[in-house]
Amino acid sequence: MGISGDIWVWIGAFLTFSIMSFLYKDNPFYKFAEHLFVGVSAAYWMCMGIWQTLVPNLIAKLHPPVVSEILPAASTKPAEYSYIIPLVLGIMFLMRLSPKGAWISRWALAFIVGTTAGSYLTRYLRSDFLGQIQYSIIPLISIEDGSFSFVGTISNIIIFLGVFCGLIYFFFSKEHKGTFGVASKVGIYILMITFGAGFGYTVMARISLLVGRMQFIFGDWLGIISR
Amino acid sequence: MAKQENLFDKMMSIDRRVIYLLLGLAVIVPAIFPFDVPVATTPEVESVFHFVDSLGTGDYLFLGVDYDPSTMAELHPMTKAILSQCFSQDVKVIITALSQNGPGMVESIINEIADQYGAKNHIDYCFLGYKPYPGIVVLNMGVNFKLTFPNDYYGASLDTIPVMQGIKNYTECAGVIDVCAGNIADMWIQFGNGRYGVPLALGVTGVMASDYYPYLQSGQIFGLMPGMKGAAEYESLSGYKTTGIRSMAYQTSTHVIILAFIIISNIGWFLSRKEEKKIG
Repeated sequence: MGISGDIWVWIGAFLTFSIMSFLYKDNPFYKFAEHLFVGVSAAYWMCMGIWQTLVPNLIAKLHPPVVSEILPAASTKPAEYSYIIPLVLGIMFLMRLSPKGAWISRWALAFIVGTTAGSYLTRYLRSDFLGQIQYSIIPLISIEDGSFSFVGTISNIIIFLGVFCGLIYFFFSKEHKGTFGVASKVGIYILMITFGAGFGYTVMARISLLVGRMQFIFGDWLGIISR
Repeated sequence: MAKQENLFDKMMSIDRRVIYLLLGLAVIVPAIFPFDVPVATTPEVESVFHFVDSLGTGDYLFLGVDYDPSTMAELHPMTKAILSQCFSQDVKVIITALSQNGPGMVESIINEIADQYGAKNHIDYCFLGYKPYPGIVVLNMGVNFKLTFPNDYYGASLDTIPVMQGIKNYTECAGVIDVCAGNIADMWIQFGNGRYGVPLALGVTGVMASDYYPYLQSGQIFGLMPGMKGAAEYESLSGYKTTGIRSMAYQTSTHVIILAFIIISNIGWFLSRKEEKKIG
Protein backbone atom coordinates (compact mmCIF):
# COMPACT_ATOMS: atom_id res chain seq x y z
CA MET A 1 0.00 0.00 0.00
CA GLY A 2 1.17 3.52 -0.73
CA ILE A 3 0.31 6.57 -2.71
CA SER A 4 -0.76 5.73 -6.25
CA GLY A 5 1.64 6.16 -9.15
CA ASP A 6 -1.16 6.02 -11.71
CA ILE A 7 -1.65 9.40 -13.42
CA TRP A 8 -5.38 8.65 -14.00
CA VAL A 9 -5.93 8.10 -10.28
CA TRP A 10 -4.27 11.48 -9.63
CA ILE A 11 -6.55 13.10 -12.22
CA GLY A 12 -9.51 11.40 -10.55
CA ALA A 13 -8.43 12.74 -7.15
CA PHE A 14 -7.97 16.25 -8.56
CA LEU A 15 -11.45 16.17 -10.15
CA THR A 16 -12.98 14.82 -6.93
CA PHE A 17 -11.53 17.71 -4.93
CA SER A 18 -12.56 20.16 -7.65
CA ILE A 19 -16.19 19.03 -7.45
CA MET A 20 -16.15 18.93 -3.64
CA SER A 21 -14.77 22.47 -3.48
CA PHE A 22 -18.29 23.62 -4.41
CA LEU A 23 -19.31 22.81 -0.83
CA TYR A 24 -17.28 25.84 0.22
CA LYS A 25 -18.38 28.07 -2.66
CA ASP A 26 -18.51 28.22 -6.44
CA ASN A 27 -15.02 28.47 -7.98
CA PRO A 28 -13.12 27.94 -11.27
CA PHE A 29 -11.96 24.41 -10.30
CA TYR A 30 -15.56 23.31 -9.82
CA LYS A 31 -16.60 24.96 -13.08
CA PHE A 32 -13.76 23.21 -14.95
CA ALA A 33 -14.65 19.77 -13.53
CA GLU A 34 -18.35 20.27 -14.20
CA HIS A 35 -17.82 21.30 -17.82
CA LEU A 36 -15.35 18.48 -18.36
CA PHE A 37 -17.89 15.98 -17.03
CA VAL A 38 -20.66 17.28 -19.29
CA GLY A 39 -18.39 17.26 -22.34
CA VAL A 40 -16.95 13.81 -21.73
CA SER A 41 -20.40 12.33 -20.96
CA ALA A 42 -21.88 13.76 -24.16
CA ALA A 43 -18.98 12.50 -26.26
CA TYR A 44 -19.07 9.07 -24.62
CA TRP A 45 -22.81 8.82 -25.17
CA MET A 46 -22.42 9.79 -28.81
CA CYS A 47 -19.67 7.22 -29.42
CA MET A 48 -21.76 4.53 -27.70
CA GLY A 49 -24.70 5.48 -29.90
CA ILE A 50 -22.66 5.20 -33.08
CA TRP A 51 -20.75 1.99 -32.32
CA GLN A 52 -23.33 0.11 -30.26
CA THR A 53 -26.48 1.12 -32.13
CA LEU A 54 -26.04 2.78 -35.51
CA VAL A 55 -23.29 0.51 -36.82
CA PRO A 56 -24.61 -2.94 -35.78
CA ASN A 57 -28.35 -2.19 -35.93
CA LEU A 58 -28.56 0.03 -39.01
CA ILE A 59 -25.47 0.14 -41.21
CA ALA A 60 -24.72 -3.58 -40.82
CA LYS A 61 -28.35 -4.37 -41.74
CA LEU A 62 -28.57 -2.10 -44.77
CA HIS A 63 -25.15 -2.68 -46.29
CA PRO A 64 -23.32 -5.53 -44.50
CA PRO A 65 -20.03 -5.44 -46.49
CA VAL A 66 -19.27 -1.98 -45.06
CA VAL A 67 -18.78 -3.44 -41.56
CA SER A 68 -16.61 -6.40 -42.64
CA GLU A 69 -13.62 -4.99 -40.72
CA ILE A 70 -15.38 -4.39 -37.41
CA LEU A 71 -18.26 -6.89 -37.44
CA PRO A 72 -17.13 -9.80 -39.64
CA ALA A 73 -20.05 -12.05 -38.64
CA ALA A 74 -22.66 -9.43 -39.52
CA SER A 75 -21.03 -8.61 -42.84
CA THR A 76 -21.83 -12.03 -44.33
CA LYS A 77 -25.56 -11.74 -43.77
CA PRO A 78 -27.95 -10.53 -46.51
CA ALA A 79 -29.09 -6.90 -46.42
CA GLU A 80 -32.44 -6.19 -44.73
CA TYR A 81 -34.04 -3.31 -46.59
CA SER A 82 -36.88 -2.87 -44.10
CA TYR A 83 -34.32 -0.92 -42.07
CA ILE A 84 -34.72 1.92 -44.57
CA ILE A 85 -37.83 2.91 -42.55
CA PRO A 86 -35.90 3.72 -39.32
CA LEU A 87 -33.21 5.37 -41.47
CA VAL A 88 -35.80 7.69 -43.03
CA LEU A 89 -37.35 8.39 -39.62
CA GLY A 90 -33.89 9.18 -38.26
CA ILE A 91 -33.17 11.60 -41.08
CA MET A 92 -36.58 13.23 -40.55
CA PHE A 93 -35.69 13.61 -36.88
CA LEU A 94 -32.43 15.36 -37.78
CA MET A 95 -34.41 17.91 -39.81
CA ARG A 96 -35.01 19.57 -36.45
CA LEU A 97 -31.60 21.19 -37.00
CA SER A 98 -32.88 22.95 -40.12
CA PRO A 99 -34.87 26.15 -39.45
CA LYS A 100 -37.08 25.61 -42.52
CA GLY A 101 -37.55 21.86 -42.28
CA ALA A 102 -37.93 21.56 -38.50
CA TRP A 103 -41.62 20.66 -38.88
CA ILE A 104 -40.66 17.39 -40.60
CA SER A 105 -39.10 16.14 -37.35
CA ARG A 106 -42.55 16.19 -35.74
CA TRP A 107 -43.58 13.11 -37.75
CA ALA A 108 -40.67 11.07 -36.42
CA LEU A 109 -41.34 12.41 -32.93
CA ALA A 110 -45.03 11.52 -33.29
CA PHE A 111 -44.02 7.97 -34.22
CA ILE A 112 -41.83 7.68 -31.09
CA VAL A 113 -44.47 9.20 -28.81
CA GLY A 114 -47.22 7.02 -30.27
CA THR A 115 -45.36 3.71 -30.08
CA THR A 116 -43.94 4.47 -26.63
CA ALA A 117 -47.30 5.55 -25.19
CA GLY A 118 -49.04 2.55 -26.73
CA SER A 119 -46.57 -0.01 -25.48
CA TYR A 120 -46.24 1.52 -22.01
CA LEU A 121 -49.90 2.24 -21.32
CA THR A 122 -51.16 -1.32 -21.23
CA ARG A 123 -48.09 -2.60 -19.37
CA TYR A 124 -48.27 0.22 -16.84
CA LEU A 125 -51.97 -0.41 -16.24
CA ARG A 126 -51.27 -4.07 -15.58
CA SER A 127 -48.17 -3.80 -13.38
CA ASP A 128 -48.69 -0.52 -11.53
CA PHE A 129 -52.45 -0.09 -11.45
CA LEU A 130 -54.28 -3.42 -11.57
CA GLY A 131 -51.36 -5.32 -10.05
CA GLN A 132 -51.14 -3.03 -7.05
CA ILE A 133 -54.93 -3.00 -6.53
CA GLN A 134 -55.03 -6.78 -6.75
CA TYR A 135 -52.36 -7.24 -4.09
CA SER A 136 -53.86 -4.57 -1.81
CA ILE A 137 -57.12 -6.51 -1.55
CA ILE A 138 -55.93 -9.01 1.02
CA PRO A 139 -57.64 -10.86 3.89
CA LEU A 140 -57.24 -9.01 7.19
CA ILE A 141 -56.73 -12.27 9.07
CA SER A 142 -53.53 -13.87 7.85
CA ILE A 143 -53.31 -17.65 7.80
CA GLU A 144 -49.85 -19.10 7.12
CA ASP A 145 -49.29 -22.86 6.81
CA GLY A 146 -52.81 -23.50 8.12
CA SER A 147 -52.40 -21.52 11.34
CA PHE A 148 -53.12 -17.96 12.44
CA SER A 149 -50.23 -15.54 11.90
CA PHE A 150 -50.23 -12.61 14.33
CA VAL A 151 -47.44 -10.68 12.52
CA GLY A 152 -49.05 -11.33 9.13
CA THR A 153 -52.43 -10.12 10.42
CA ILE A 154 -50.96 -6.90 11.84
CA SER A 155 -49.11 -6.35 8.56
CA ASN A 156 -52.28 -6.86 6.49
CA ILE A 157 -54.28 -4.52 8.74
CA ILE A 158 -51.60 -1.81 8.38
CA ILE A 159 -51.62 -2.23 4.60
CA PHE A 160 -55.43 -2.01 4.51
CA LEU A 161 -55.58 1.04 6.79
CA GLY A 162 -52.70 2.71 4.96
CA VAL A 163 -54.32 2.34 1.55
CA PHE A 164 -57.83 3.20 2.81
CA CYS A 165 -56.84 6.31 4.80
CA GLY A 166 -54.34 7.43 2.16
CA LEU A 167 -57.11 7.32 -0.47
CA ILE A 168 -59.49 9.22 1.82
CA TYR A 169 -56.90 12.01 2.17
CA PHE A 170 -56.99 12.45 -1.62
CA PHE A 171 -60.81 12.42 -1.71
CA PHE A 172 -61.66 16.10 -2.07
CA SER A 173 -65.41 15.93 -2.86
CA LYS A 174 -66.32 15.79 0.84
CA GLU A 175 -65.15 18.05 3.62
CA HIS A 176 -62.57 16.40 5.87
CA LYS A 177 -64.61 16.54 9.11
CA GLY A 178 -65.68 14.06 11.81
CA THR A 179 -64.84 10.37 11.19
CA PHE A 180 -63.92 11.22 7.61
CA GLY A 181 -61.52 13.89 8.89
CA VAL A 182 -59.93 11.44 11.36
CA ALA A 183 -59.37 8.90 8.57
CA SER A 184 -57.93 11.67 6.41
CA LYS A 185 -55.57 12.67 9.24
CA VAL A 186 -54.42 9.06 9.63
CA GLY A 187 -53.87 9.09 5.85
CA ILE A 188 -51.61 12.15 6.02
CA TYR A 189 -49.62 10.58 8.91
CA ILE A 190 -49.09 7.47 6.82
CA LEU A 191 -47.97 9.59 3.89
CA MET A 192 -45.55 11.46 6.16
CA ILE A 193 -44.11 8.18 7.44
CA THR A 194 -43.65 7.12 3.80
CA PHE A 195 -41.89 10.38 2.95
CA GLY A 196 -39.74 10.01 6.07
CA ALA A 197 -38.70 6.51 5.06
CA GLY A 198 -37.92 7.81 1.57
CA PHE A 199 -35.88 10.68 3.00
CA GLY A 200 -34.00 8.30 5.30
CA TYR A 201 -33.04 6.16 2.32
CA THR A 202 -32.05 9.31 0.41
CA VAL A 203 -29.70 10.35 3.25
CA MET A 204 -28.14 6.87 3.17
CA ALA A 205 -27.76 7.11 -0.61
CA ARG A 206 -26.06 10.50 -0.51
CA ILE A 207 -23.73 9.42 2.27
CA SER A 208 -22.92 6.32 0.19
CA LEU A 209 -21.72 8.57 -2.62
CA LEU A 210 -19.50 10.49 -0.19
CA VAL A 211 -18.20 7.19 1.20
CA GLY A 212 -17.42 6.01 -2.33
CA ARG A 213 -15.32 9.08 -3.02
CA MET A 214 -13.55 8.86 0.34
CA GLN A 215 -12.72 5.22 -0.33
CA PHE A 216 -11.23 6.34 -3.64
CA ILE A 217 -9.21 9.12 -1.98
CA PHE A 218 -7.95 7.05 0.97
CA GLY A 219 -7.78 3.73 -0.84
CA ASP A 220 -6.97 4.10 -4.53
CA TRP A 221 -5.10 7.42 -4.27
CA LEU A 222 -3.41 7.65 -0.87
CA GLY A 223 -3.32 3.90 -0.21
CA ILE A 224 -4.11 4.34 3.49
CA ILE A 225 -7.01 1.86 3.47
CA SER A 226 -7.50 -1.36 1.53
CA ARG A 227 -10.21 -1.43 -1.15
CA MET B 1 -31.74 47.84 16.11
CA ALA B 2 -30.91 44.34 14.88
CA LYS B 3 -32.22 41.51 17.01
CA GLN B 4 -29.46 39.90 19.02
CA GLU B 5 -28.97 36.22 18.11
CA ASN B 6 -29.41 33.98 21.15
CA LEU B 7 -28.17 30.42 21.67
CA PHE B 8 -31.35 28.87 20.26
CA ASP B 9 -31.09 30.88 17.04
CA LYS B 10 -27.47 29.81 16.72
CA MET B 11 -28.53 26.18 17.14
CA MET B 12 -30.87 26.54 14.18
CA SER B 13 -28.50 28.43 11.91
CA ILE B 14 -25.26 26.47 12.02
CA ASP B 15 -23.11 27.32 8.98
CA ARG B 16 -23.59 24.60 6.36
CA ARG B 17 -19.79 24.40 5.92
CA VAL B 18 -19.47 23.30 9.54
CA ILE B 19 -21.97 20.52 8.83
CA TYR B 20 -20.06 19.47 5.69
CA LEU B 21 -16.80 19.46 7.62
CA LEU B 22 -18.20 17.30 10.42
CA LEU B 23 -19.77 14.91 7.92
CA GLY B 24 -16.42 14.69 6.11
CA LEU B 25 -14.70 13.89 9.39
CA ALA B 26 -17.37 11.29 10.18
CA VAL B 27 -16.33 9.47 7.00
CA ILE B 28 -12.57 10.06 7.27
CA VAL B 29 -12.19 8.86 10.88
CA PRO B 30 -13.66 5.36 10.30
CA ALA B 31 -11.62 5.14 7.08
CA ILE B 32 -8.39 5.56 9.04
CA PHE B 33 -9.54 3.78 12.22
CA PRO B 34 -11.93 1.12 10.90
CA PHE B 35 -14.43 -0.65 13.14
CA ASP B 36 -16.96 -3.39 12.46
CA VAL B 37 -20.70 -2.86 12.54
CA PRO B 38 -22.97 -5.92 12.80
CA VAL B 39 -25.15 -6.28 9.70
CA ALA B 40 -28.56 -7.88 10.29
CA THR B 41 -29.99 -9.42 7.14
CA THR B 42 -33.56 -8.84 5.96
CA PRO B 43 -35.89 -11.31 4.16
CA GLU B 44 -35.91 -9.26 0.95
CA VAL B 45 -32.13 -9.56 0.54
CA GLU B 46 -32.04 -13.14 1.81
CA SER B 47 -34.48 -14.19 -0.90
CA VAL B 48 -32.15 -12.82 -3.61
CA PHE B 49 -29.18 -14.60 -2.06
CA HIS B 50 -31.04 -17.92 -1.68
CA PHE B 51 -32.28 -17.66 -5.25
CA VAL B 52 -28.75 -17.29 -6.65
CA ASP B 53 -27.51 -19.90 -4.19
CA SER B 54 -30.04 -22.41 -5.54
CA LEU B 55 -28.61 -22.15 -9.07
CA GLY B 56 -26.05 -24.64 -10.27
CA THR B 57 -23.90 -25.68 -13.21
CA GLY B 58 -25.55 -24.90 -16.52
CA ASP B 59 -28.23 -22.60 -15.09
CA TYR B 60 -28.54 -19.16 -16.61
CA LEU B 61 -28.97 -15.87 -14.78
CA PHE B 62 -29.71 -12.59 -16.50
CA LEU B 63 -27.94 -9.74 -14.73
CA GLY B 64 -28.80 -6.16 -15.64
CA VAL B 65 -26.02 -3.82 -14.53
CA ASP B 66 -27.96 -0.73 -15.42
CA TYR B 67 -26.20 2.12 -13.68
CA ASP B 68 -23.29 4.43 -14.35
CA PRO B 69 -20.28 5.60 -12.31
CA SER B 70 -22.36 8.18 -10.41
CA THR B 71 -23.98 5.41 -8.33
CA MET B 72 -21.20 2.83 -8.34
CA ALA B 73 -20.44 3.39 -4.64
CA GLU B 74 -23.83 1.95 -3.74
CA LEU B 75 -24.38 -0.59 -6.46
CA HIS B 76 -20.93 -1.97 -7.30
CA PRO B 77 -20.74 -4.12 -4.14
CA MET B 78 -24.02 -5.85 -5.07
CA THR B 79 -22.91 -6.53 -8.63
CA LYS B 80 -19.54 -7.83 -7.48
CA ALA B 81 -21.09 -10.15 -4.88
CA ILE B 82 -23.68 -11.55 -7.30
CA LEU B 83 -21.16 -12.05 -10.10
CA SER B 84 -18.69 -13.76 -7.76
CA GLN B 85 -21.43 -16.04 -6.44
CA CYS B 86 -22.47 -16.97 -9.99
CA PHE B 87 -18.94 -17.64 -11.21
CA SER B 88 -18.11 -19.67 -8.10
CA GLN B 89 -21.21 -21.84 -8.71
CA ASP B 90 -20.54 -22.17 -12.46
CA VAL B 91 -23.77 -20.32 -13.31
CA LYS B 92 -23.85 -18.82 -16.81
CA VAL B 93 -24.48 -15.09 -16.76
CA ILE B 94 -25.89 -12.85 -19.49
CA ILE B 95 -25.21 -9.20 -18.74
CA THR B 96 -26.47 -5.90 -20.11
CA ALA B 97 -25.54 -2.30 -19.32
CA LEU B 98 -28.59 -0.21 -20.24
CA SER B 99 -27.34 3.04 -18.73
CA GLN B 100 -25.59 5.03 -21.43
CA ASN B 101 -22.53 5.96 -19.38
CA GLY B 102 -22.22 2.48 -17.88
CA PRO B 103 -20.77 -0.01 -20.40
CA GLY B 104 -17.08 0.83 -19.85
CA MET B 105 -17.49 0.61 -16.09
CA VAL B 106 -19.46 -2.64 -16.36
CA GLU B 107 -16.82 -4.18 -18.62
CA SER B 108 -14.10 -3.46 -16.06
CA ILE B 109 -16.07 -4.94 -13.15
CA ILE B 110 -16.88 -8.09 -15.14
CA ASN B 111 -13.22 -8.53 -16.06
CA GLU B 112 -12.16 -8.00 -12.44
CA ILE B 113 -14.52 -10.66 -11.02
CA ALA B 114 -14.08 -13.06 -13.97
CA ASP B 115 -10.30 -12.97 -13.49
CA GLN B 116 -10.70 -13.89 -9.82
CA TYR B 117 -12.70 -17.02 -10.69
CA GLY B 118 -11.15 -17.87 -14.05
CA ALA B 119 -14.48 -17.28 -15.81
CA LYS B 120 -14.17 -16.87 -19.57
CA ASN B 121 -15.97 -14.45 -21.85
CA HIS B 122 -18.35 -16.20 -24.29
CA ILE B 123 -17.98 -19.47 -22.34
CA ASP B 124 -19.16 -18.59 -18.82
CA TYR B 125 -20.75 -15.22 -19.50
CA CYS B 126 -21.78 -12.89 -22.29
CA PHE B 127 -21.74 -9.11 -22.04
CA LEU B 128 -24.33 -7.72 -24.43
CA GLY B 129 -23.54 -4.06 -23.77
CA TYR B 130 -25.74 -1.02 -24.25
CA LYS B 131 -28.67 -0.11 -26.45
CA PRO B 132 -30.89 2.96 -26.07
CA TYR B 133 -34.58 2.94 -25.07
CA PRO B 134 -34.47 0.41 -22.22
CA GLY B 135 -38.22 -0.29 -22.41
CA ILE B 136 -37.98 -1.47 -26.01
CA VAL B 137 -34.76 -3.37 -25.24
CA VAL B 138 -36.38 -5.26 -22.33
CA LEU B 139 -39.47 -5.94 -24.45
CA ASN B 140 -37.41 -7.31 -27.34
CA MET B 141 -35.10 -9.42 -25.19
CA GLY B 142 -38.21 -11.19 -23.85
CA VAL B 143 -38.71 -12.50 -27.40
CA ASN B 144 -35.15 -12.93 -28.63
CA PHE B 145 -31.84 -11.44 -27.51
CA LYS B 146 -30.78 -11.16 -31.16
CA LEU B 147 -33.56 -8.69 -31.98
CA THR B 148 -31.77 -5.98 -30.04
CA PHE B 149 -28.30 -7.43 -29.69
CA PRO B 150 -27.30 -9.14 -32.94
CA ASN B 151 -23.75 -8.87 -31.58
CA ASP B 152 -22.32 -8.67 -28.08
CA TYR B 153 -20.39 -5.69 -26.67
CA TYR B 154 -17.22 -6.84 -28.45
CA GLY B 155 -18.90 -7.20 -31.85
CA ALA B 156 -19.13 -11.01 -31.89
CA SER B 157 -22.32 -12.37 -33.42
CA LEU B 158 -24.56 -14.05 -30.84
CA ASP B 159 -24.79 -17.01 -33.27
CA THR B 160 -21.10 -17.70 -32.71
CA ILE B 161 -20.98 -17.28 -28.92
CA PRO B 162 -21.03 -20.69 -27.15
CA VAL B 163 -22.76 -19.47 -23.97
CA MET B 164 -25.61 -18.01 -26.04
CA GLN B 165 -26.37 -21.28 -27.82
CA GLY B 166 -29.58 -22.93 -26.67
CA ILE B 167 -30.92 -19.82 -25.01
CA LYS B 168 -33.20 -17.49 -26.89
CA ASN B 169 -34.53 -14.95 -24.40
CA TYR B 170 -34.45 -14.12 -20.69
CA THR B 171 -37.58 -16.13 -19.92
CA GLU B 172 -35.36 -19.18 -20.46
CA CYS B 173 -33.06 -17.94 -17.68
CA ALA B 174 -33.75 -18.97 -14.08
CA GLY B 175 -34.46 -15.32 -13.35
CA VAL B 176 -33.45 -11.71 -13.78
CA ILE B 177 -31.61 -9.57 -11.25
CA ASP B 178 -31.50 -5.94 -12.23
CA VAL B 179 -29.03 -3.75 -10.34
CA CYS B 180 -30.02 -0.31 -11.44
CA ALA B 181 -30.25 3.42 -10.85
CA GLY B 182 -33.14 5.15 -12.58
CA ASN B 183 -36.33 3.97 -14.17
CA ILE B 184 -34.92 0.87 -15.91
CA ALA B 185 -36.28 -1.11 -12.95
CA ASP B 186 -39.78 0.00 -14.00
CA MET B 187 -39.20 -1.45 -17.47
CA TRP B 188 -38.25 -4.79 -15.95
CA ILE B 189 -41.33 -4.78 -13.71
CA GLN B 190 -43.67 -3.75 -16.52
CA PHE B 191 -42.25 -5.79 -19.37
CA GLY B 192 -39.97 -8.46 -17.90
CA ASN B 193 -42.27 -9.53 -15.09
CA GLY B 194 -45.59 -8.00 -16.21
CA ARG B 195 -45.61 -9.29 -19.74
CA TYR B 196 -43.26 -12.27 -19.75
CA GLY B 197 -43.59 -13.35 -16.12
CA VAL B 198 -39.87 -13.75 -15.49
CA PRO B 199 -38.88 -14.01 -11.79
CA LEU B 200 -37.37 -10.63 -11.00
CA ALA B 201 -35.29 -9.17 -8.19
CA LEU B 202 -33.92 -5.65 -7.96
CA GLY B 203 -30.87 -3.98 -6.52
CA VAL B 204 -31.59 -0.26 -6.32
CA THR B 205 -30.08 2.94 -4.94
CA GLY B 206 -31.22 4.16 -1.54
CA VAL B 207 -33.14 7.02 -3.14
CA MET B 208 -35.23 4.55 -5.12
CA ALA B 209 -35.73 1.94 -2.41
CA SER B 210 -38.99 3.12 -0.83
CA ASP B 211 -40.61 3.31 -4.30
CA TYR B 212 -40.01 -0.39 -4.94
CA TYR B 213 -41.19 -1.94 -1.67
CA PRO B 214 -44.83 -2.04 -2.89
CA TYR B 215 -43.71 -4.35 -5.73
CA LEU B 216 -42.10 -6.63 -3.17
CA GLN B 217 -45.30 -6.79 -1.14
CA SER B 218 -47.33 -7.49 -4.28
CA GLY B 219 -44.96 -10.29 -5.30
CA GLN B 220 -44.03 -8.65 -8.61
CA ILE B 221 -40.41 -8.84 -7.48
CA PHE B 222 -39.18 -11.65 -5.27
CA GLY B 223 -36.30 -9.74 -3.70
CA LEU B 224 -34.97 -6.24 -3.18
CA MET B 225 -31.51 -4.95 -2.25
CA PRO B 226 -31.91 -1.35 -1.11
CA GLY B 227 -28.81 0.82 -1.41
CA MET B 228 -25.59 0.24 0.46
CA LYS B 229 -27.37 -1.50 3.34
CA GLY B 230 -28.72 -4.06 0.85
CA ALA B 231 -25.22 -4.46 -0.59
CA ALA B 232 -23.75 -4.99 2.88
CA GLU B 233 -26.40 -7.59 3.67
CA TYR B 234 -25.70 -9.45 0.43
CA GLU B 235 -21.96 -9.37 1.09
CA SER B 236 -22.55 -10.67 4.60
CA LEU B 237 -24.66 -13.55 3.25
CA SER B 238 -22.38 -14.45 0.35
CA GLY B 239 -19.13 -14.01 2.24
CA TYR B 240 -17.72 -11.87 -0.60
CA LYS B 241 -16.90 -8.87 1.56
CA THR B 242 -15.67 -5.70 -0.11
CA THR B 243 -16.71 -2.08 0.25
CA GLY B 244 -20.40 -2.72 1.05
CA ILE B 245 -19.94 -4.21 4.49
CA ARG B 246 -17.03 -1.87 5.33
CA SER B 247 -19.14 1.15 4.44
CA MET B 248 -21.58 0.40 7.23
CA ALA B 249 -19.08 1.89 9.71
CA TYR B 250 -19.03 5.14 7.70
CA GLN B 251 -22.83 5.09 7.45
CA THR B 252 -23.15 4.65 11.22
CA SER B 253 -20.83 7.53 12.10
CA THR B 254 -22.42 9.94 9.59
CA HIS B 255 -25.95 8.98 10.63
CA VAL B 256 -25.04 9.70 14.26
CA ILE B 257 -23.85 13.18 13.21
CA ILE B 258 -27.01 13.81 11.16
CA LEU B 259 -29.25 12.64 14.01
CA ALA B 260 -27.36 14.91 16.40
CA PHE B 261 -27.93 17.89 14.10
CA ILE B 262 -31.64 17.05 13.75
CA ILE B 263 -31.97 16.88 17.54
CA ILE B 264 -29.97 20.11 18.08
CA SER B 265 -31.97 22.09 15.53
CA ASN B 266 -35.30 20.78 16.89
CA ILE B 267 -34.35 21.64 20.46
CA GLY B 268 -33.34 25.10 19.21
CA TRP B 269 -36.64 25.52 17.39
CA PHE B 270 -38.81 24.46 20.35
CA LEU B 271 -36.86 26.58 22.84
CA SER B 272 -36.86 29.67 20.62
CA ARG B 273 -40.66 29.30 20.19
CA LYS B 274 -41.01 29.11 23.94
CA GLU B 275 -38.87 32.26 24.26
CA GLU B 276 -40.94 34.08 21.62
CA LYS B 277 -44.17 33.15 23.45
CA LYS B 278 -42.72 34.45 26.70
CA ILE B 279 -41.84 37.80 25.06
CA GLY B 280 -45.27 37.86 23.45
